[in-house]
Amino acid sequence: MSIDLSQFVPVFLEESFEGLEVMESGLLNLEEDDAEAINAIFRAAHSIKGGAGTFGFSNITDFTHVVETLMDELRAGRRSCSDSLKSVLLSSVDCIRLLLEAARDGTSCDDPQIKQVHQQLEAELSFDNKDKVAIVDNEFEKIEISSSPVAVKETQGWVIDFAPAPHLLMTGNEPILLISALADLGQLVTYAATDQVPSLDELNPEELFLHWKIDLYSDCSELAVREVFEWVEGDCSLSVLPLQTLADEVSEESVPNDSVSDEIAFDKVAEKSSTALVLNNESVEQPTIRSETASSKNNDDSSAAPAQNTRKIQADQGSIRVGIDKIDGLINRVGELVITQSMLGQVGLEMSDCDHPGVERLNDGLVQLERNTRDLQEEVMRIRMLPISFVFNRFPRMVHDISSKLGKVVELTLSGEQTELDKTVMEKIGDPLLHLIRNALDHGLETPQERIATGKAESGTIHLSASHQGGFIIIQIKDDGRGLDTNKIQEKALSSGLITTDQVLSDSDIHDLIFVPGFSTVAEVNDLSGRGVGMDVVRRNIEALGGYVAVVSEAGEGSTFTVSLPLTLAILDGQLIKTQHEIYIIPLLSIIESIWVSTESLNAVAGRGRLFLFRDEYIPVINLSDVFCLSETTKSFTNSLMVIVEGGGKRAGLIVDELQGQQQVVIKSLETNYKRVEGFSGATILGTGQVALILDVAGVIKMGLDSSTKQYPHAINKDDGYLLAKVDI
Amino acid sequence: MTTILVVDDSVSLRSMVTFTLTKRGYDVVEAENGEDALYKAKHTACDLVLTDVNMPRMDGITLCTELRKLESFKFTPILILTTENSQEMKHKGKAAGATGWLVKPFNPDTLLSTLKRVVR
Repeated sequence: MSIDLSQFVPVFLEESFEGLEVMESGLLNLEEDDAEAINAIFRAAHSIKGGAGTFGFSNITDFTHVVETLMDELRAGRRSCSDSLKSVLLSSVDCIRLLLEAARDGTSCDDPQIKQVHQQLEAELSFDNKDKVAIVDNEFEKIEISSSPVAVKETQGWVIDFAPAPHLLMTGNEPILLISALADLGQLVTYAATDQVPSLDELNPEELFLHWKIDLYSDCSELAVREVFEWVEGDCSLSVLPLQTLADEVSEESVPNDSVSDEIAFDKVAEKSSTALVLNNESVEQPTIRSETASSKNNDDSSAAPAQNTRKIQADQGSIRVGIDKIDGLINRVGELVITQSMLGQVGLEMSDCDHPGVERLNDGLVQLERNTRDLQEEVMRIRMLPISFVFNRFPRMVHDISSKLGKVVELTLSGEQTELDKTVMEKIGDPLLHLIRNALDHGLETPQERIATGKAESGTIHLSASHQGGFIIIQIKDDGRGLDTNKIQEKALSSGLITTDQVLSDSDIHDLIFVPGFSTVAEVNDLSGRGVGMDVVRRNIEALGGYVAVVSEAGEGSTFTVSLPLTLAILDGQLIKTQHEIYIIPLLSIIESIWVSTESLNAVAGRGRLFLFRDEYIPVINLSDVFCLSETTKSFTNSLMVIVEGGGKRAGLIVDELQGQQQVVIKSLETNYKRVEGFSGATILGTGQVALILDVAGVIKMGLDSSTKQYPHAINKDDGYLLAKVDI
Repeated sequence: MTTILVVDDSVSLRSMVTFTLTKRGYDVVEAENGEDALYKAKHTACDLVLTDVNMPRMDGITLCTELRKLESFKFTPILILTTENSQEMKHKGKAAGATGWLVKPFNPDTLLSTLKRVVR
């Protein structure tokens, strides 16, 4: 039977990459006496090596073997964990990753780094173990010497005396199966000696009293015969003699037996004996020696548990791996189902005035359909959720490498690693986070000397945390470094022409300048934090995910970057609104409240358009119809409907004509199907079949503020928090 | 039907073994470490145990020792899967009550021919 192993390779690769993460994080935190961490690293290397061997990646097996050997010596306490060893082992993780990637992509990997690290590993291995290696070599020689004579000796057959110890059954071995395995080597004539079998009342069914003499007609080697009995060595007495020699001696009427010294009453006439078996390569009818074991098993209650019970346990604890394309296909289907459901819901509404007796049942059914669709959608979305540790786990290594490069002492702490996030969001957030952490390391934290001089602990800390807040996941990167230098930022922004001298900005306005394109305070470009394109790219990437980033900083105390991201990108709960003849969707999570406003409650302020006093805060009022140029004439605000929204950390009131229903909408990308349009994050298909655009609230607020301030470009005052977006124009 | 308890922390190895065995008509119960296996062993009538040695939570050698303490596993064959083809490991396994061993890496054919030595 041939089994196609290639189908298991993707799983092997996936778990090997996970194994590498374990190795990496384990090595980074490795303490000399942490046996469990050392064990975990060893096991990961061991599994990769084992799998690679099975699936035919011999280069990975060879490489990992050395790593495994080193870890094994660490584990056994035969080697100490030096910094140099740790660093070589860390490099070896990179090499294994390269090799695995090559295996995944079906390419060959001849990176010189691999050879180099391999040599370093070998050097580590031989460094303080020279004596031991010599001993091992001797052992090998010994084994070879003892095995060589038997390996080459061949005859036309063997006579085997096999006398198992009474307890043999309790090792799980079964003589009849061993004899059956011998039958694979050639033709057998087997004689059973029954002389040791006690009378029935004295017989212990758990013990074995039979002995066998077996004639094997085969040209196999003695080693092959002994291999069959390899597992019972020590639990039996065994002699293997060439058939010819024995035949000569049998003619002298003596049975040579160097292991079984007792006289055994073999029934020498095989044809007459009922216990003689003639075995060959075919399967044979086997006597039921295991009947005792079977019955003892059945007597045990715990073993008699029904098979269904087993399956239930498996279902409770097991998991399956499926391709992401299948899940995405499922999510797409569910998306279509949500659209169909809202279409049917619409039909139901239209028919509710109808006098037909079936209408009530139809509506009941529609309510159920809605509930089930929502449950289904939630369940399906949950499949895509992964703990954010998948992203976080790559940072300890990075922090370790960069901090040593920069000569800084840094402690990275993580919390909320189990917070779950959609896989797509996760894939895209890795790079922005990476950049924020690099930035904290490079710009935020001081060198140990600087820290000591300012009375801080020598070691700086970066804390990375994740938590859920409403429909968002909040990721914070907090450092206790020098904080943002507002003077330096302001100077830099002035010299780059990002702001003008007459602008009066609050500290938080100045902090936000670091997200403006082209802004960088590093005098020299280095290979860590890039060329000053970083922070605006970070912001753009995060905003493309429907999230936003904000920074809070205190000079000398440190900075905290807060990234807020939506939990999922596929479906959102939306509020349908109508302006002029267009229907738009505002994400429900962005809406604070909706109110009627009168003209008197709106204050016109020079340079700011109109403001509304909302909960002790003046917020800008944006007329959607104006922003999207839907009508020629500007609408009066008399008794207008205002939806107060929050996006990108800013609040605003959106003037709309009509509030319609709330519903779940499936987000269809505009960028994929058309192009990026400012002010919109996507589109959807409504129950009526009409296409509606989904507002990007942060973008709309920005557009609204731009259009209102353009008329009065010089009137910018301090504390105009909401005008921050203006500065990067 | 012959039920085999397959214990390995590596999903790919376990999948390969399970696939090979189920294709041959064996019933397979999977466990991801010794502790998991011990729990499942107590609730399942197994005819054979195939266990990896190096696993988190409980290793294969400890699993052997623990299984042999169970009345229902007194005679059940237990094979350890090991990459360490050393006498030391074999002796350790035997001392813990293992029936035999299979040296990794192995291919499906080796696995099946080895099984013939312990199950019908």
